[in-house]
Amino acid sequence: MKEIVIISGKGGTGKTSVAAALACIAEKTVLADCDVDAADLHLILKPEILAREDFYSGCKAEIDPGKCTSCGQCEQVCRFSAIAHEGGFYHVKALACEGCGYCYHACPAGAISLPEQKVGECYVSKTRLGSKLVHAKLGIGADNSGKLVAKVKKEAKQYAEKEKQDFILVDGSPGIGCPVISSLSGADFVLLVTEPTLTGLSDLKRVWELAKKFRIPGGCIINKADLNPQLVNVIKEFLRDENLLHLTELPYDEDFHHAITLGQSLVEHAAAKWRAQFQNIWHNIKEVTL
Amino acid sequence: MRIAIASGKGGTGKTTLAVNLALRASETDHVVLADLDVEEPNSGIFIQGKLLSEEQKFRPVPVWQKEACTLCGKCKEVCHYNAILILGNEILVLPELCHSCHACSELCPAGALPMRNTPLGWLRSYKSGHLDFVESRLDIGVEMASPLIRQTLEYLDRNFSEADYQFLDCPPGTSCSVITATKEADFIILVTEPTPFGLYDLSLAVETMQHLAKPMAVVVNRYGIGNDEVFRYCEKQQIPVWAKLPNRRQIAELYSNGEILYTRIPDFRAGINDILKQLKTQSAQP
Repeated sequence: MKEIVIISGKGGTGKTSVAAALACIAEKTVLADCDVDAADLHLILKPEILAREDFYSGCKAEIDPGKCTSCGQCEQVCRFSAIAHEGGFYHVKALACEGCGYCYHACPAGAISLPEQKVGECYVSKTRLGSKLVHAKLGIGADNSGKLVAKVKKEAKQYAEKEKQDFILVDGSPGIGCPVISSLSGADFVLLVTEPTLTGLSDLKRVWELAKKFRIPGGCIINKADLNPQLVNVIKEFLRDENLLHLTELPYDEDFHHAITLGQSLVEHAAAKWRAQFQNIWHNIKEVTL
Repeated sequence: MRIAIASGKGGTGKTTLAVNLALRASETDHVVLADLDVEEPNSGIFIQGKLLSEEQKFRPVPVWQKEACTLCGKCKEVCHYNAILILGNEILVLPELCHSCHACSELCPAGALPMRNTPLGWLRSYKSGHLDFVESRLDIGVEMASPLIRQTLEYLDRNFSEADYQFLDCPPGTSCSVITATKEADFIILVTEPTPFGLYDLSLAVETMQHLAKPMAVVVNRYGIGNDEVFRYCEKQQIPVWAKLPNRRQIAELYSNGEILYTRIPDFRAGINDILKQLKTQSAQP
């Protein structure tokens, strides 16, 4: 079983549009939406949730005002400015607390507890295409996105094994931080979606420098290619230098917005125009990974 | 006044808005723009500034001192991030899991885990015309963006507390780095596009900002694509829409080459002016 991860560095280059289009073509594939703090794939695939699980990770400090002697030790040791002193009382600012527990150890009155936090939900669903989708919703401001990504990938893998599927197609998040690092771990192929803009190119280079550390082969789709042919050439040169597969070029086309607005993938929205191209992309990815 | 420019969804136009607002405002006011999207900082592509200073940024992580350690296991017991492993009679610190809370270091009875700095990235300060520009860039492979964002905001506090406007170009999403970037802001501008993706991610961002109890307004970029549900949503949530910025191929082409838009596109300029007028009213309020 092979795991293909779609990332881009920059947001808005078309990761989810590509994922949704490939979802319509790929057979024996489990889908995983690992953009856990802004997951959008479900808006196209309209999944019916089969199983839902609360995701607990980390904890946050709580001060029992009945036991607190207002000594201020907790405030002194906290490196996250998460302890506030208002109206003679100490309390924890939940969004600032990173759950390190130092205050719990420092409190001489035993007034601090560290309840575990529900930081999100993880779902296994059946898409309207019949395939399985594993997705999640991260709670507000949670700092466990990497762990939730790992959870989504683990669930997807279990389903893929149980149901003898050949591929896991992962829609990743923008950036190069913890959720992206987590989505790359254990992947077999990196599908980069970029655009010929100076920002897109800069972000592509940074995310590939990260992905390279994992020694995973990669390929690239240049979206909105006709916007800037000169930059397309620069990107192609970069792909050659980095030994990345140049999978295809997609045009700057209002179909992307139309399809999203209608809740469709590109290959459903205008099959004659898009289907062959995405079939070709999927075929090439299969060739390299199998 | 500190204004954070954020959005749930990536690629909606945060950087475009931040750069154009900051440059336009700097024609008449004292303005600093800070790029807090430290994973993928892009404002600098549009701002051809003169580099004034650069400094490397670090965060502290514990380093094990074998000679001092008594292998009592207190460090592992207090660490909530599984960043400390005991392997036989060796202690292994995993810096990528460490949150720099200092608990293991300061609670170690033998003083065997002093904190040492590990690199996070670079902060650079530029000047472009009248505009001050600060960019922080995370080193590739560093997992946590929040510590670098926090230090950049401290830098703004130290150096630009007198500025009329501090514009913050924030990372996408709703996770911890977004909270860190927005939590000390006086006002939030959320940039979206009028599609179901834009709307759904906007609703997550609105929920996050409501949680932080921040005043906010929405700017709809690429107006004309999609549908008008985003406007109905804003009306229902009683969030003002300050501007509708046009969708045109010409704009995408200029953007692709790192061009400034407000000097070339009249209706884009009008939108920027509207937003600045609203901000002026906002900053005049107590």
